[in-house]
Amino acid sequence: MRDIDKRFQGVKALSSASLEVAAGEIMAVVGQNGAGKSTLIKVLTGAYRRDSGTIEFAGASIDFASPQQAQRGGVSTIYQEINLVPFRSVAENIFLGREYRRYGLLDWRRMNAEAADLLRRFAVEIDVRRPLMDFSTAIQQMVAIARAVSFKARLVIMDEPTSSLDEREVAVLFDVMRRLRSEGVSVIFISHRLDELFQVCDRVTVMRDGRTVMTSRMADVDKLHLIAAMLGRDIETVRSHATGFSAAVAKAGGEVLSAEGLRIGRRVRDARVEVKAGQIVGLAGLLGSGRTETARAIFGADPPDAGVIRVLGKDVSPREPSDAIALGVGYCSEDRKADGIIPDMSVRENITLAILPRLVKMGVVDEARQRAIVDKFMKRLAIKASNVEQKIRELSGGNQQKVLLARWLCTDPKLLILDEPTRGIDVGAKAEIQSLIRELADQGLGVLMISSELEEITEGADRVFVLSDGRTVADLPHAEASASAIMAAMAHDADAAAGADRG
Amino acid sequence: MMRTPQPGPTVVDAPTIARKAVPFDAGAFFRRYAALAGLIALLLFNFVWTPHFWSLQTLNVNLTQVATIVIVSVGMTLVIATGGIDLSVGSLMAISGALAPLIFLSPFGREHVALSNLLAFVVSIAAAGLLGAFNGWFITRFRVQPIVGTLVMFIAGRGIGQVLTNGNLQPFHNPTFQFIGLGRILGVPVQVIVMLVLVAVAAWMLRRTLFGRQILALGGNERAARLSGVPVDRVKRWVYAISGLCAGIAGLVVISINSSSDANLVGLGMELDAIAAVAVGGTPFTGGQASVVGSLIGALLIQLLRYTLLANGVPDAAALVVKGVIIAGAVWSQQRGKSA
Repeated sequence: MRDIDKRFQGVKALSSASLEVAAGEIMAVVGQNGAGKSTLIKVLTGAYRRDSGTIEFAGASIDFASPQQAQRGGVSTIYQEINLVPFRSVAENIFLGREYRRYGLLDWRRMNAEAADLLRRFAVEIDVRRPLMDFSTAIQQMVAIARAVSFKARLVIMDEPTSSLDEREVAVLFDVMRRLRSEGVSVIFISHRLDELFQVCDRVTVMRDGRTVMTSRMADVDKLHLIAAMLGRDIETVRSHATGFSAAVAKAGGEVLSAEGLRIGRRVRDARVEVKAGQIVGLAGLLGSGRTETARAIFGADPPDAGVIRVLGKDVSPREPSDAIALGVGYCSEDRKADGIIPDMSVRENITLAILPRLVKMGVVDEARQRAIVDKFMKRLAIKASNVEQKIRELSGGNQQKVLLARWLCTDPKLLILDEPTRGIDVGAKAEIQSLIRELADQGLGVLMISSELEEITEGADRVFVLSDGRTVADLPHAEASASAIMAAMAHDADAAAGADRG
Repeated sequence: MMRTPQPGPTVVDAPTIARKAVPFDAGAFFRRYAALAGLIALLLFNFVWTPHFWSLQTLNVNLTQVATIVIVSVGMTLVIATGGIDLSVGSLMAISGALAPLIFLSPFGREHVALSNLLAFVVSIAAAGLLGAFNGWFITRFRVQPIVGTLVMFIAGRGIGQVLTNGNLQPFHNPTFQFIGLGRILGVPVQVIVMLVLVAVAAWMLRRTLFGRQILALGGNERAARLSGVPVDRVKRWVYAISGLCAGIAGLVVISINSSSDANLVGLGMELDAIAAVAVGGTPFTGGQASVVGSLIGALLIQLLRYTLLANGVPDAAALVVKGVIIAGAVWSQQRGKSA
């Protein structure tokens, strides 16, 4: 694939991105959220049409119109969520859409025999007549791969196939990948777990902001270099002041949050964070490191399986967000659209949603007080809307985010958790929101800020906790929280993390 | 998993710009007032073409016939505003309709007439409300889809009603109790007053109270509402309970009109009539928006249409087809309003 461009409604998703995979090679593709990995794959398989660029496959220029056509052409994709039919038998799933027939009836004997043969190649011995859902996720994944291979695939794309597998299952999957390679099949492997790449991949392509920024042999890079390329940071130099944050003016006050030993599902194993009044605490980590899960646990949205949470010095165990809100905690979620706005409600109602229970007399909303609060925060945050009754979905991303900030600020919180507060927001609004966060902290608010952008963390945070693979691996004061120290911690660089841990 | 650029925001923005350029939004206006316009058109048609239409009697006949549907539609509107649906209302009507005569026809009831009439009202309606609350509990506790969760009560409820009465018809003559279905205040049938009061209270509640705003918030985006501290499960349970209460009241009106209670028939098909009224009234089934007054207009429109066709010699079977067309048209106009 060369010089691929793709725009969505004028927003550039790919700009001259390239990807080259040799026959019998396992190529890793990595990048942050929104780097363009999935878009690139979808262009390759025909799920999206490219705007420009060329794709060559096995020496010929190709242009698949749909994933089905790509599959017939020898390119099979295995998605993160297995898209097979759980109620049907393994053999049926493998032959779905091209069943063998005899005298107009389905030739079960032949399909079952061939399915069993096929799976045996991957050292999977199962009864192919049983429904797919009887088997573990790993086996289901193998079935998906067997199906892909049975299409005589010459290129198999795996989009985060390991996210739902345990270590043993991952090992089996890697064996299968190596077997495919030895048969001359190429594999594109997308994963956020960098360690895995080193175990199985031959080369790696790093994407960022819709571009291919690096292609290298796996043996020639280390984890730190990969992370630096993904985040777009030179390991040595840190760009000077790129955000709207300024240094803290006041000293931090008393503790507002301390969470220790948090364990949540399979993602978070041992997370720790502390926030003091007047402090912005950054929570850094790569995708899948458990940042959002930690935040949601503290907020009571998904209560933790183990661990201690203290808010304002009191041991608490919020089981519902309303519990946390009553304690003076607010949470701006990462996904504005899914978890933040009530799209068809007005700006006024979106602002007052969290505080509404406090604005009622005998169950009736005191609209005068509601309006006063809305006016105050519209002005304070400079929210641009035609009027307070405008539906929030009609606002720009930056203004929606300000409305959500206002929703929490009007509850007068002691702790505000911000999950990617400036994602998908234009540059101007971004700086505005950043300086607002600092201003609020200076007034005594404790802020826990999750961000994938290193600048936000290094410049904005007074203290940084780094999560890696569900564990807090570093706790850095502002002075030590350089981009390189954070990246080193993410990469589990033993020296840096140990040195920083004492801070 | 990385996120591909969402076309969403831009898609939403495009009509916004158009909306700003044109101050009058014809789509929204049509969506909002289509049912009302249809109702007015039908009224005008009838004034001109249907003999004896302009009489108090015709008005009362139509209103008494539509009252039970409207009463049930009030609860249904709230349920649909949360993004749910309640199939059990007809069965709950049968249960409350079966309970009331059991109470005032019992030996105890014949001795203490006033008390038993009061109990007949309170116990029957409360029972329907409690079963409605059970619906809500079932749906929220086990994360069942509302259509499946209330299907359970739809089936079991009618069974309960028949078991209560051994499947027998319960004829009765109890003027005090039947006041709710046969009585008049200043010439206005009592059930019509009940209907209007319920519509007014529900509309006010949706608009002005915390509970009402929380219904619409969770219907609009349940995950966001929960993260903003809305007690999602509790609000839903109350909404299903209210739907049950409304069905309970409607059940009593029906048996009072009939002077008998038959658990096989009371409220039969009512869930579909109520859902149709809500649909025609312009409340979207995706939740987050609701118009109780719209549901009233929707029910009136369907009723008047049927009356018009019957009064002009069209058989009831054909009227059903027209009813279907009206509902399809209402849903179509909603869809159009959304995409336009």
